[in-house]
Amino acid sequence: MKHDVAVEVSNVSKLYRLGLKAEKSDSLAASAATFFKSPLKNFRKYRSLYQFRDSELDLDVEPGPDLLWAVRDVSFEVPRGQVLGIIGRNGAGKSTMLKILSRITTPTLGRVEIRGRVSSLLEVGTGFHNELTGRENVYLNGTILGMRKREVDRVFDAIVEFSGVGRFLDTPVKRYSSGMKVRLAFAVAAHLEPEILIVDEVLSVGDAEFQRRCIGKMESIGQEGRTILFVSHNMPAVTRMCQRVIMLQNGRTLLDGPPHDVVGAYLRAGAGRQAEARWDDLTQAPGENLARLRSLSVRDSDGRVSEAVDIRKDFTVRIEFEVLQGGKVLFPAFSLWNEEGLAVFAAMDLDTKWRGRARPAGTYVCHARIPGNLLAEGTFFLNTALWQWEPRQRIEYHVKEAVTFQVVDTHEGDSARGDYIGGLSGVVRPKLDWTTDWTPGAADDRPSDAVIGAAGAD
Amino acid sequence: MASSEQVTVIEPLRGWRLLDFKELRDYRDLFAFLVWRDIKVLYAQTILGFAWAILNPLMQILIFSLIFGKVAKLPTDGIPYMLFSTVAVVPWTYVSDSMTHSSQSLVTGHAILGKIYFPRVIFPATPVLAKLVDFSIALLLVFAMMAWFRVLPTWNLLLLPVFILMMVAVPLTAGLWLSAMAIRFRDVKFAMSFGIRMLMYSAPIIYSASQIPDPWRTVYSLNPIVGVIEGFRATLLGLPVPWEYILPGMGTLVVGLLGGMLYFRRMERVFVDVI
Repeated sequence: MKHDVAVEVSNVSKLYRLGLKAEKSDSLAASAATFFKSPLKNFRKYRSLYQFRDSELDLDVEPGPDLLWAVRDVSFEVPRGQVLGIIGRNGAGKSTMLKILSRITTPTLGRVEIRGRVSSLLEVGTGFHNELTGRENVYLNGTILGMRKREVDRVFDAIVEFSGVGRFLDTPVKRYSSGMKVRLAFAVAAHLEPEILIVDEVLSVGDAEFQRRCIGKMESIGQEGRTILFVSHNMPAVTRMCQRVIMLQNGRTLLDGPPHDVVGAYLRAGAGRQAEARWDDLTQAPGENLARLRSLSVRDSDGRVSEAVDIRKDFTVRIEFEVLQGGKVLFPAFSLWNEEGLAVFAAMDLDTKWRGRARPAGTYVCHARIPGNLLAEGTFFLNTALWQWEPRQRIEYHVKEAVTFQVVDTHEGDSARGDYIGGLSGVVRPKLDWTTDWTPGAADDRPSDAVIGAAGAD
Repeated sequence: MASSEQVTVIEPLRGWRLLDFKELRDYRDLFAFLVWRDIKVLYAQTILGFAWAILNPLMQILIFSLIFGKVAKLPTDGIPYMLFSTVAVVPWTYVSDSMTHSSQSLVTGHAILGKIYFPRVIFPATPVLAKLVDFSIALLLVFAMMAWFRVLPTWNLLLLPVFILMMVAVPLTAGLWLSAMAIRFRDVKFAMSFGIRMLMYSAPIIYSASQIPDPWRTVYSLNPIVGVIEGFRATLLGLPVPWEYILPGMGTLVVGLLGGMLYFRRMERVFVDVI
């Protein structure tokens, strides 16, 4: 193994056997027979969960219906100091890869070699015990995450300082608020000092403030030249932090390259599930006697449901609802919230066809187009409601955070961030018209055309 | 830096292997903290706290003395029944408690199991060590009882550590086997309470081992709990040490412990996949 390689993954595969279907018997005698035979059958079934025949381990043969290659022949190397992102849709093999890298499970085939002190963080607060005090949990959690006791001793004050729960240090954590617990747990995790860090989307839990701190902390670790393997759904975080991204699909490496290429491809592959909420059974759908919500989705400029929209492009919010009782004036509306729980804006239906008009029963589909270069990068949530003003103001339904989607910048230079690749603040990110007037100063400072030309070519 | 650099290799585990003691050494701080957590948490929010470590066996002893000593009048080779019972119930309480906890350790710890790696053997080993605190406290009861019945300690007492070691090996062995089984087959949990009761009757806790007919003695003594109880009685009460009851059990333990390590290590790789 080369010395400048921190992690080397060679042909790693993981095979799972899915739960087998139980046999159904159609007579009393048959079910009695099944009942007596079942202990043996159960035994075989549970055994077969992790035992595979050699023929089943052939990577080139399509697996049987009860088998699944969660990870299939994946190889990559991570040079020392690189921040690598691993992305992919649900079921692509990210989590399995993460479990293999953090030694929670073993690969079925292949080999991983990790050079250097490694910590993996799949969750904050692993092993926290409610009956123990904050102080005791810091030690317990720290050692679970791989620190020695004297290492915890050394960073203990820093952890307490960072968590801000100093006053409650000797109180059992069961008396903590959940926010305090998370803060303390995160403080411990933030003070790990591994050479190689393997991180899951720890960021998907906790409040926005917490997520921001997680990402901030990881960015600073990355800048210290440590190796990070970051498995995530959070495209803005991935593009910002990682120097290289691997996209998995069906257990295989689909793409491996610079973030904007891979994340761009991920976005184009589109079709997210979280970006659409449907209620196929109207009786279960939000709403009452007057109307019910059928579906809410976010769609890209091509009309496909998309959980990640390109920051530069228009996209559409689509609301489909069923009016059950005609004759009322109704206003569909939605509001957009960012990950910090801030309302970015709210929008009422402005379609002149239906403004102030009673709606007959039937299915209505509304589209609202949101222009590109409006929202900042990040995760957004949609709430939707149906209003009725007359005879009195009431809300037929109000669904909160029904769908979520992300706005992603692929850093190709033509978004509002220009050539800047760092973090940018702000809820909106309009692309403004910039003009510059230049008045020549002293003759010496005047750049020659050649220099300007060179800068432009850079 | 290169000198301190550690290399972690992750690959499919094949074949049989014993425990990785070097790795276990690297994780000794964690092991210590987990043991300490078990101890600390056990009597959290109780009024009596560690007094329970004495109360539980004491109640058991009183009931046994009443039923088997006073009513059934079981022969005890001339030892007062309460004393006879105390020296057996105290190690037995330890064995049964730690065995129950150890066998369920992986199932109850599955949340941690799926989130972080550390040597899996720490799971079943933790309760085995943590329960020693209860045992040490209960040992006070034994010495109090000895004082009450005016039993003077003899040189035999020096052998007690041997039997304590043997006692610890029993739940450790059982824990290695049963915890690895329990995570795949939850039947173990249901079989446990019944199994523990059976074990109690299989060892000379309420009756005397001398009541077992001679031809059966060796087979009977293959149960290591027999040896533990007989060893405790002999060393504490100053009786001759009945090695013929003890050695077969020690043999079982050595074989069982080695086998348990092999079995645990072999199953270890699939724990997470079968939770």
